[in-house]
Amino acid sequence: MFLCKSQHCRPRASRLSDERNPTILAYILRRFAILILSLLIAAVVLFVLLRLLPGDPANALLSVGADQQQIEAAREQVGSNLPLWEQFLRFVASLARFDLGTSFVSGKPVVEEIATRLTVTVPLALLGFALAVAIAVPLGILSAVKVNRWYGAAISTVSQLGIAIPVFWVGILLVTVFAVNLRLFPSGGYPRRGWQNEGQVLYALALPVLTIGLVMAASLIRYIRSATQDVLGSDYLRTARALGASFSQALIRHGIRNGAVPIVSILGIELATTLLGAVVVERVFALPGLGSMLLLAIEQRDYPNVQGVLFISTLLVLLIGFAADLLQRVIDPRLRERATGAAT
Amino acid sequence: MTALDLSADRPARKHSLALSIGLALVGLNVAVAILTLFWTPYDPLNASGGRLEAPSLLHWVGTDRLGRDYLTQIMIGARTALIVGTGAVAIGASIGVTLGILAAFATRLLDDVMAATLDILIAFPTLLLAMLVVAASDSASLWSAILALGLAISAIVARLTRILAKRVLRQDYIIASRTSGTSWPGVVVRHVLPNIWPTLSVNFALQFGLAVIAEASLSYLGLGAPPPNASWGRLLQEAQGTVYTAPVGAIAPGIALVALVIGMNLLADGLRDVGDPTRGRSR
Repeated sequence: MFLCKSQHCRPRASRLSDERNPTILAYILRRFAILILSLLIAAVVLFVLLRLLPGDPANALLSVGADQQQIEAAREQVGSNLPLWEQFLRFVASLARFDLGTSFVSGKPVVEEIATRLTVTVPLALLGFALAVAIAVPLGILSAVKVNRWYGAAISTVSQLGIAIPVFWVGILLVTVFAVNLRLFPSGGYPRRGWQNEGQVLYALALPVLTIGLVMAASLIRYIRSATQDVLGSDYLRTARALGASFSQALIRHGIRNGAVPIVSILGIELATTLLGAVVVERVFALPGLGSMLLLAIEQRDYPNVQGVLFISTLLVLLIGFAADLLQRVIDPRLRERATGAAT
Repeated sequence: MTALDLSADRPARKHSLALSIGLALVGLNVAVAILTLFWTPYDPLNASGGRLEAPSLLHWVGTDRLGRDYLTQIMIGARTALIVGTGAVAIGASIGVTLGILAAFATRLLDDVMAATLDILIAFPTLLLAMLVVAASDSASLWSAILALGLAISAIVARLTRILAKRVLRQDYIIASRTSGTSWPGVVVRHVLPNIWPTLSVNFALQFGLAVIAEASLSYLGLGAPPPNASWGRLLQEAQGTVYTAPVGAIAPGIALVALVIGMNLLADGLRDVGDPTRGRSR
């Protein structure tokens, strides 16, 4: 009946009137439901993975040569004698209360330790992220606009190199140059009193932030370059120019908003990657952040700590994704019909 | 937009160059890896040299803190990297393509559920997943790392395959093929797989590079394969402690790693242009 398949000839569905005016509130609710669902799935994954770890978690409470009675008492205490489904329900219930248990090794509440560690990891990730954006946005736009100049090509080549370099090696190289040869910055470590001594913290974080910023900027440049090229080659920009707008007017009115949509989702992914990539960077510079807490907990088989770090980092990643998706819909209302994902 | 028009005929040349450089770098790595099966400059475990020697004619890249030849270990590291990359991509590809094709054929509801689950799995960071799997397996081995990385890759491949396969299945020639009596498996083999292969292979090459980096990170963190297997990540971790006295050891394995990953990425770029001749114009 309908031979023409293009959008203009297709009969309009009755619910189109709703879709044409999708409110941001409806979107937030839908996306929030997905966030909760994701958290639940993440909880299942975490639970399964942790039960796959070898040995009974109760073993951590026992000394060598414990008798049967002591073993039973320890299993009672950590709950590993209960059926699996009951363990899972308890697990979800305690996660919902943000009760992540107490560390087997230190005996301190896991939440407390994580909060302390986050004062290292969050500033590290955010400062690195800010540095990366400050480097990548101008360079990415420049390399797209000046694609035929030598520096346009040079920027692209350097960013190719940047995505092939593991972040820990960049860290080692920066240590070699700035700590060993130039003696400008410490090769690692963190002031014991933390943020009470801001100057020293910033001094200790300088090289780690530079490491993260450089590596992340390299991959960001490629996305910003490609988004800029899409905008420059777009029909709407040409139309705006044809209608008499100057190049910069057209770019500001139409280009930035359109180009920002895919960039926001990439930025979200990059920020999440940085938070998690901090594991490696913290190791290079011996920083007492969330990543080193996880490594130590894995080595010591400190299950509550492993579980806590993984849950909090997954939560942060999901929240960042939530924020990025929301921001995209604020920028581009056309996307509000779609639940998740990038604009492409 | 004159700036873009001028570049119209440039990408083709640049990208064929990318393909040859990529092939050369990857080829060199494969050659070295095969060579180590028969010959290495020194016995990898033989600590005959002096400790932390600087590069010399006897030891081209110097020796480590136990007096073992660095070049030998870097060469064996090339073999490890190839095994990890190939193994992880093979696991990721076989699981991912199967799941993706199944999702493309599934009912609307099942497809939505699979798509959402894949999105969540992809959001779960590869490195953390790998750390967990390695920690869960009693003894840290190369295979647990490969398995973990392969699983992480399979989610990405499945999502890509699903999108690509759905796009192909909407084409008119699929209807024509079905009308002329081809079974659905026949359609997959004859039309879907050949059509999505160019894009998939590019992705495989990129994932290979990422797997090599991830394995190096795991080894750097001390969660990689134990000592007889040399890994670039562990070499770098060991060299970091002696960077004051022997900086070469902290540089050489990194260069080897970056060369392989860049080679793979260039190969991916080159393949993309061979597989899709229209792309050169817009980018």
